[in-house]
Amino acid sequence: MSNPHANLERRRQAIYGWLLLSPAALLLSVFAFYPSLATFWSSTFSRGNRRNPSEYIGLENYADLFADPTFWLVVRNNLFYAGVTIPVSIFIALSMALWANSRIPARGFVRTAYFTPTVLPMIAAANLWLFFYTPGLGVLDQIGALFDLPSVNWLGQPETALWAIIIVTIWKEAGFFMIFYLAALQTIPEDLKEAADIEGASRWTYTRRIVLPLLMPTTLFIMVNAMINSVKLIDHLFILTKGGPSDASKLILYYIWEMAFAFFDAPHAAAMTMLVLLVLGIVAAIQFFLIDRRTHYQ
Amino acid sequence: MTAQPFVSLEGIGKRWNGKLGVEDVSLDIPEGAFVALLGPSGCGKSTTLRLLAGLEIPDEGKIIIDGRDVTTRAASERNLSMVFQSYALFPHLSVAENVMFGLKVRRVPRAERLEKLKRALEITGLTGLEDRKPGELSGGQRQRVALARAIVAGQRLCLMDEPLSNLDAKLRNAVRKDIKKLQQDLGITVVYVTHDQTEAMSMADIVVLMKDGRIQQIGTPQELYNAPVNTFVAEFVGAPPMALIRGHALAGFDNDTTIGLRAEHITLAETGKGRLICEVTECEFLGAETFIGLAHDDATGLTLKAPGMALHPSGHTVEIGFADDDLHVFDSGGKRVARAP
Ligand SMILES: Nc1ncnc2c1ncn2[C@@H]1O[C@H](COP(=O)(O)OP(=O)(O)OP(=O)(O)O)[C@@H](O)[C@H]1O
Ligand SMILES: [Mg+2]
Repeated sequence: MSNPHANLERRRQAIYGWLLLSPAALLLSVFAFYPSLATFWSSTFSRGNRRNPSEYIGLENYADLFADPTFWLVVRNNLFYAGVTIPVSIFIALSMALWANSRIPARGFVRTAYFTPTVLPMIAAANLWLFFYTPGLGVLDQIGALFDLPSVNWLGQPETALWAIIIVTIWKEAGFFMIFYLAALQTIPEDLKEAADIEGASRWTYTRRIVLPLLMPTTLFIMVNAMINSVKLIDHLFILTKGGPSDASKLILYYIWEMAFAFFDAPHAAAMTMLVLLVLGIVAAIQFFLIDRRTHYQ
Repeated sequence: MTAQPFVSLEGIGKRWNGKLGVEDVSLDIPEGAFVALLGPSGCGKSTTLRLLAGLEIPDEGKIIIDGRDVTTRAASERNLSMVFQSYALFPHLSVAENVMFGLKVRRVPRAERLEKLKRALEITGLTGLEDRKPGELSGGQRQRVALARAIVAGQRLCLMDEPLSNLDAKLRNAVRKDIKKLQQDLGITVVYVTHDQTEAMSMADIVVLMKDGRIQQIGTPQELYNAPVNTFVAEFVGAPPMALIRGHALAGFDNDTTIGLRAEHITLAETGKGRLICEVTECEFLGAETFIGLAHDDATGLTLKAPGMALHPSGHTVEIGFADDDLHVFDSGGKRVARAP
């Protein structure tokens, strides 16, 4: 028999813990866990219509998806999209933060300027970029015309459409991530730089050996966010390309939306959603468990 | 060999937006000396040290280290090491990596690096803690890591900015001795900033006392204690500090002079035979002796040191005596007056 006081104390602690957890648990259950389960459940049914009512078909919807060339094209697009936007926006954010954190004139202005894209709603940003990209009228073509370059329909041809989308995303995200980096940079004490100076470290060595490692927790956080955004952020597709031409700029979430609300095929949309959740979950887990171990938290 | 100083500051001035930082600081430091920069908060000790380190560039004056004019040189070119008040350890690096940081930067071969690391850790008593992160060390251990990082490169000049201020009194005493011994063993030159005069007096060969950005006196601890050049030095150095008495309170002195008197030179006199009549304000019993605080209308800081337990009720009137030879005389501007022999 263990000590009754210790038992009581442990029970009190447990109740306290559960009480603290319950608001979050409740919200997550209602808005995350239950919908996920419900999505999985509906992904195992066939699409019902007047003649054939919906019935349980197991994983057949998934098999359909794997056989669908458009699905694979969209997956490839999204992987490419993520593969470019994540590293490039992180790199640009970091460079801008390092620059905006050093002693430059009009520092406040530079920071605000960088942050502006983040404040704009994605739809407004997309309209802005539409103005850049429009063939003939757009700013890019106008500039090109000055140098006698031919007019390019950036959004209208399969080779450039996805790139055009990628650039808008980077433009939008880099400023946002920069704010996190700036905040993290402010927490690095000034005297570390001085100590490194006295030890003879160059600016680059200091950045590489001291600043970047100390920014690792921030980078990890930004990476997870960027990854989620690479799936989540599709507002501009609606304005700029609608996934075209010939699916060249279609991303997975846009395809899910199309499947559910344009083709009214909820079960396949559900199946695709489950796959996205699965992949995101796995990647996030890898990021946290692998990189986390090599990260120093202050 | 000529007695050319190892480090020399010539008329250094540094201002921030026209506001005073340090002014006209000139100082010669022989090789192997332990120099303490002492003074109240905000007097420019850290600024002087940072100018010496190359973390700030002076507005005027010249800095010479080891015969080279380094006034405008970068910190890394000055061949010195520094211990920061906050230690400035790299939080994500282990003790070993912290200590070896500078060696790595300077591309010292790996074998030599490890050799030096081992020695530095041995000297500072950190062996066995190589793999800890600074966050997993106690304050005293962190302090020693900072020290190890400063000595590992074998620079001949080491600057320290209040390295002990984060330690408790007991540890401070122990580390103080360690630092002094280390400095002597390695034969390096140390410039040490502190606002604690016991620290300065007990460790330094040369004490530089500063006030409001200016040097007040440079000298050995004995010189500062026995022959303060002005009333500021007199009141700053010593525990308890020197008492100052206005001249007209004593027979035989000009009205506008100030007379300095150390506690150990004051004796209790029999009634009617004393030179000053004072009132007891407080008694502080310290075990071997008792400090008796005295009040007099024309004096500040009068303290009488009595052996053993010697409590007097406050408000009690006592008479004190002292010898003329023990008096320090300062003129109306507070400057020391050389007395006729
Ligand atoms: N970067 C700076 N900008 C403006 N003024 C400064 C700066 N650094 C120091 N000062 C001023 O210079 C004077 C000397 O400062 P310093 O840091 O040298 O004092 P200190 O003697 O080290 O004091 P403490 O014992 O409190 O550390 C102070 O009046 C301070 O306000
Ligand atoms: Mg200071």
